Amino acid sequence: MTERQHFDEMFGHGDTARETYAGYHQWFSGEDTKRLITKAHAAEVLFRRTGITFTVYGDGSTNERLIPFDIVPRIIGAIEWARLEKGVVQRVRALNAFLHDLYNRQEILRAGRVPSALIERNDAFVPQMIGVTPPGGVYTHIVGIDLVRTSEDEFFVLEDNARTPSGVSYMLENRETMLHLFPELFSRQRVRRVNDYSRQLRRSLAACAPQSANDTPTVAVLTPGVHNSAFFEHSFLADEMGVELVEGHDLEVRDGHLMMRTTSGYEQIDVLYRRVDDEFLDPLNFNPDSLLGTPGVMDVHRAGNLTIANAPGTGIADDKAIYSYVPTMIDFYLGETPILNNVETWRCSDPDSLSYVQQNLADLVVKEVHGSGGYGMLVGPAASRRELADFATKLASNPSNYIAQPTLSLSTVPILTDAGLAPRHVDLRPFALVAPDEVMVTPGGLTRVALTEGSLVVNSSQGGGTKDTWVLED
Amino acid sequence: MLGTTAGRLYWMSRNLERGENTARLIEAGLNIALTRSSGALSEWASVVATAGSTARYHEIHDDVDAEQVVNFLLREATNPASIRSLYDSARENARSIRTALTREVWEATNESWMTISDLLANPIATTELPAALRVIKRESAYVRGAMHGTMTRNEMYDFAQLGTFVERADNTARILDVKYYLLLPSLAHVGTRLDTMQWDTILRAVSARRAYRWSADGEISPTGIAEFLILDPQMPRSLLFCSRRIGERLSYLCPGDAELASQGIADDLTERLADTSIEVILDEGLHEFLRRYITDIASISAQVEQNFRFHG
Repeated sequence: MTERQHFDEMFGHGDTARETYAGYHQWFSGEDTKRLITKAHAAEVLFRRTGITFTVYGDGSTNERLIPFDIVPRIIGAIEWARLEKGVVQRVRALNAFLHDLYNRQEILRAGRVPSALIERNDAFVPQMIGVTPPGGVYTHIVGIDLVRTSEDEFFVLEDNARTPSGVSYMLENRETMLHLFPELFSRQRVRRVNDYSRQLRRSLAACAPQSANDTPTVAVLTPGVHNSAFFEHSFLADEMGVELVEGHDLEVRDGHLMMRTTSGYEQIDVLYRRVDDEFLDPLNFNPDSLLGTPGVMDVHRAGNLTIANAPGTGIADDKAIYSYVPTMIDFYLGETPILNNVETWRCSDPDSLSYVQQNLADLVVKEVHGSGGYGMLVGPAASRRELADFATKLASNPSNYIAQPTLSLSTVPILTDAGLAPRHVDLRPFALVAPDEVMVTPGGLTRVALTEGSLVVNSSQGGGTKDTWVLED
Repeated sequence: MLGTTAGRLYWMSRNLERGENTARLIEAGLNIALTRSSGALSEWASVVATAGSTARYHEIHDDVDAEQVVNFLLREATNPASIRSLYDSARENARSIRTALTREVWEATNESWMTISDLLANPIATTELPAALRVIKRESAYVRGAMHGTMTRNEMYDFAQLGTFVERADNTARILDVKYYLLLPSLAHVGTRLDTMQWDTILRAVSARRAYRWSADGEISPTGIAEFLILDPQMPRSLLFCSRRIGERLSYLCPGDAELASQGIADDLTERLADTSIEVILDEGLHEFLRRYITDIASISAQVEQNFRFHG
């Protein structure tokens, strides 16, 4: 019997399939691996043909790449999911309450539960939002919560994505692909549907429309353009929702409303699902050099004539230094105990924590407070002596730019290799949609997988792939 | 729909149409080059002229050489009118307006682009040229078929069609203009083997060789060719046919009484063609007639961009 060092979601620590994977494993055992590998290649052709690509910049030229897709699904049981779902809803409610508080009365700061210094010196705090309550009181409409699993029943929140979480198109397309490649699997097992996401997204966005909108508010998706690495997702979502995909040059502020230029004149937009960063939204209110934005759009938002999803300034809630206070928020605003735990986090701005981190650098994962995409991150156990020394220098020169976490023993899910199944580390990003009176979590999410053996970095920009994520019915 | 989207649909269609026409133009050039040795080079020079790329060609090449011309028109990256560049830009436009395209149109455009990019990744030898041109024409038919078969007949389709016919009108007029002297009656009596071949080339370049023979009972005459390509109401690449389609699409796009400037020019143009005859055109000067037609098409295009707010 194999003794597995990490918890494997298909086999646990042994070599018999866990209950959630029993049905799949039985099917898999009856299949010819060669046939499956051929199918996997077919999936790649399909992705390329339908243009499900992301753009990579480098070497002076641009390339469209596929995010590698693994055909072995990541399966979550009904009971496991019920707990995750509750935990995500709770966290999302707390994040929204925090944002509302922070841009209004700041009670959590006054009560001393979150240090004011963390907000005052933070670029992610947007002063233009002070005193602004968006329609329905919703600040962050679309949230992705990154989770990792370490054992049979332990999940941790790795980070919150409250500004413009991406990856949902892969959740949807991965399922389409699996249905296309292995329809028989879905008649053997009852897997909850994810394809309601787009309809729910449009509904929850419309539910957050300003009062000035009519009964069927006009929603539009704002993209930086075709050269953005996530452009596929932007156009995919606009298409799935049946709304216009707009760029900054299509928009203009007229008579206090945001308008888009159509072939027959200007048409009002009520809800803007923007996939551009705050600083490129409005050159009058933010970055004056931005060519992407629309002058005055922030004023329309402040006047209550436009819903921006997610609202400007939501980044303060997914800041890595704020992250460690989310359990505090859950207690402060909801009076509840966190259902999902945070990973223990050392904030290097704190001298004691800094010295701990400096002494234990080789065992820790150190991240930039504002970093994303896996860049600028140190995975202590995997780093060379040289890399550790270089990082120590960076850390010492700007401690408050970093946080550190223990290296977790992340769960694995097998991927299909030429040699058969092989365990690889995974994470999970479920997506939550927030309407004024409801938080919905799509049963599934984006499972990212580190394709290199032993690697813990799942980011697509760093060689990660994705899997279809199944949530089983009761 | 967004003005930007309309503009990209329009240009996507123009570029696809132009790519297909360029493939035909090369095919016609190849045909004449294969059958004759002397004068082949001047034929290639006139192909470059018809493609409207003479100046750009001479920026990178000193002399006219068959393989250089072919590869310049097929795959030269610095030539925005090379087939590869045209497909790159059509596909880029398509990608940016995926929400306005059916899945079939997007996939056809994307796949064609992949096939053509692979095909043209390396220089094409003359021996491989016929096969390569067949692939390009087939891919182009694939995209056209997807558009025809799956797009709802709404304004998006109208803008796509508008782009197709504006480009086609311009291309047919240019082909005629480069060879106009061959179609003048003064040369009609010459009827040398060279002329017959040249006439044949003109017809091939607009894919009208068989259609013309059927309509002219197998007889080839320069005036007949000119009449067919300018005034035939059924030939899908004739100037009259293209002008009518342009006017039609503009009238669909502009419901109500207020006539757009672009529509005004298109209607005048169609009327002028419908009311004239080939004798009158030749009498007043074929070259002058074609120049005026090309200018009118360009003004329609410029007006369309304004009328439908492509850029603001």
